[in-house]
Amino acid sequence: MAFKGTLVIDTEKCKGCSVCITGCPNGVIALAKKVNSKGYNYLEMVKPDDCIGCANCAVICPDGVIEVYRAKV
Amino acid sequence: MTREDIIKPENLVYRRTPVLTDNVMHYCPGCGHGVVHRIIAEVIEEMGIQDNVVGISPVGCSVLAYNYFDVDFVEAAHGRAPACASAIKRLRPDTYVFSYQGDGDLASIGCAEVMHACNRGENITMIFINNGIYGMTGGQMAPTTLEGMETVTCPYGRDPELMGHTMRLTEVLAQLPGTYYVTRQAVYTPVLARKCKKAIRQAFENQKLHKGVSFVEITSNCNSGWKMTPVQANKWMEENTLKYFPLGDMKVDGKFAPNFMERVSTFDQPNETRFSLRSK
Amino acid sequence: MAKELKLMKGNQAIAEAAIRCGCDGYFGYPITPQSEVLEHLMAERPYLKTGMVVLQAESELASINMVYAGASTGKRVMTSSSSPGFSLMQEGLSYIAGAELPALCVNVVRGGPGLGTIQPSQSDYFQTTKGGGHGDYRLITLAPSSVQEMYDFVELGFDLAFKYRNPVAILSDGVIGQVMEKVMIDDYKPRWTNEYIEEHCPWAATGHRAGKKSTIVTSLELDSLKQEGVNKRIQEKYRKCEEEDARYEAIQCDDAEFIFVAYGSAARICMKAVELARAEGIKVGLVRPITLWPFPKKAVAEIGGRMKKILCVEMSAGQMIEDVKLAVECKVPVTHYGRFGGVIPTPVEIFDALKNMIK
Repeated sequence: MAFKGTLVIDTEKCKGCSVCITGCPNGVIALAKKVNSKGYNYLEMVKPDDCIGCANCAVICPDGVIEVYRAKV
Repeated sequence: MTREDIIKPENLVYRRTPVLTDNVMHYCPGCGHGVVHRIIAEVIEEMGIQDNVVGISPVGCSVLAYNYFDVDFVEAAHGRAPACASAIKRLRPDTYVFSYQGDGDLASIGCAEVMHACNRGENITMIFINNGIYGMTGGQMAPTTLEGMETVTCPYGRDPELMGHTMRLTEVLAQLPGTYYVTRQAVYTPVLARKCKKAIRQAFENQKLHKGVSFVEITSNCNSGWKMTPVQANKWMEENTLKYFPLGDMKVDGKFAPNFMERVSTFDQPNETRFSLRSK
Repeated sequence: MAKELKLMKGNQAIAEAAIRCGCDGYFGYPITPQSEVLEHLMAERPYLKTGMVVLQAESELASINMVYAGASTGKRVMTSSSSPGFSLMQEGLSYIAGAELPALCVNVVRGGPGLGTIQPSQSDYFQTTKGGGHGDYRLITLAPSSVQEMYDFVELGFDLAFKYRNPVAILSDGVIGQVMEKVMIDDYKPRWTNEYIEEHCPWAATGHRAGKKSTIVTSLELDSLKQEGVNKRIQEKYRKCEEEDARYEAIQCDDAEFIFVAYGSAARICMKAVELARAEGIKVGLVRPITLWPFPKKAVAEIGGRMKKILCVEMSAGQMIEDVKLAVECKVPVTHYGRFGGVIPTPVEIFDALKNMIK
């Protein structure tokens, strides 16, 4: 069974620490070139089609800014 | 399937727990405190105890933990969280009580309080964040600072002859009869974070048994104090800290874990390893 | 059974009063000359009678922080110690005052400084009434001069602590702690229920949010303007306390030309000195402050203002005399007589000091 996932990222609360990026099995996420109002390069999905909704990023996010959705394909 | 098709309530697999407040945490980017806060909050949510729990915050980086949990909180004086937790649990035995402390707070100034709370077998959960440094005050040496590790009060690296040895307090606490569950966890990878959540859940569930202290140490990073990026700090921790502070259970259900006494029996051998933060 | 007459030590009276007035918890550490408080509690096993928690802590630091945390949850909790141990508690007392919590702490004073002696003294007056710990706070201080007052001031102390949400100290000494006297004791009063605390102590972190916002107990405020606001609120409480709760006793002052000002066991000895003096025709009275903070300024000013001279008698090198001088604004000469380091003055000595002052 295949899954397709996506993330809703609270970019204002993201501090751009990159810890989540190390946890992603598919290289879905990276820091944006843009910054939020605090000046942090926030997280964005760069390969959204590859997200499987495993929530690895979310469980190691220190600031709880990632919401994960997953649907059966 | 578009993004809009996926973002539907029935497909939600992970969201920020409402036991955390909306406040932005003051911790540095990548700090382990945030992950552990979230895990504790998730455990409180999953156990349905949000309306029957008191947390004790320490002095140090997590002094303001009470701003991030939507549960009742008491902020303790430096090192005294175990004494505070002991009193609250005894006066309100039906309430879940947890203390949350860093290594300076727990292992240095609060060494007596944690030893005696553990020895009395208080029916509480203790969370101990060990990142080998005083973060809040600007990166000074802690009892848990590794030998050779540089801090602003041991800028040439911790020299055990001058500054004493690195303290493995959790291994000592595991040997006290009042502890029921003692474990060392980490949260820097998804697998470890999920394991840590199981441990913290166990540590809270144990309060139902009235069998003594459940103690969870979490080895963590301090990228600001260590002067590294968060990802570098986690890598350094994996390659260095975990050699001296190996992960795993030390005591489960009041019994030593199988390899625990064997490991402790090597503690009479001097540590020759030096753990420098600076690349050579 | 309403009241009962018993013979007991001052320290035991403290413990017995705690059990009977509905105290929820006592956390203490042994130190001479107050160990009988914890000993009596452990012997009486109040946890079987009223559900009161008693715990011998690992140190005075732990004791006072247990009191801090217990008070944070709306419980009526207390500790006791003697001078060196009370010094160790100062940080915790500052936190209790800063977090605006009610708590009761008993200091059965012994001679200092340092490890000092184990004999009675009154040399912790400054520490108790002027702060002791850090920051702008006050300890409401009750000074018992009999075993009955040791008993009575426990419940009074809790009442004042909850009225002002501030720590209250009972400043006793080794005489009152160790002496045995008759005490009228009350029947057991029930402890507050958790429901009562939920209703009457909205500031308490009980763990039961019950739909409302969670409660935080802290003395930390990083925003200095907000911290100033906290201080102003605390100071307003103190002004109210000075207005409403300064207590004293005036003995044979109506026709007096001279007065002793003394508290606690020194006041007891002064009463005998009053008898000796009056037998020789010297018209002397006694003003006994019962609250040392708030100091009964108005009474001392009013009564003292009518006197020719005032003799302040303390078992210290002279501490309360500063408050007496401030009260009478130095319009009346104030002299000090003190013995210290654990030495107790005799009535004859005090009478001699009075005669010296008069001539």
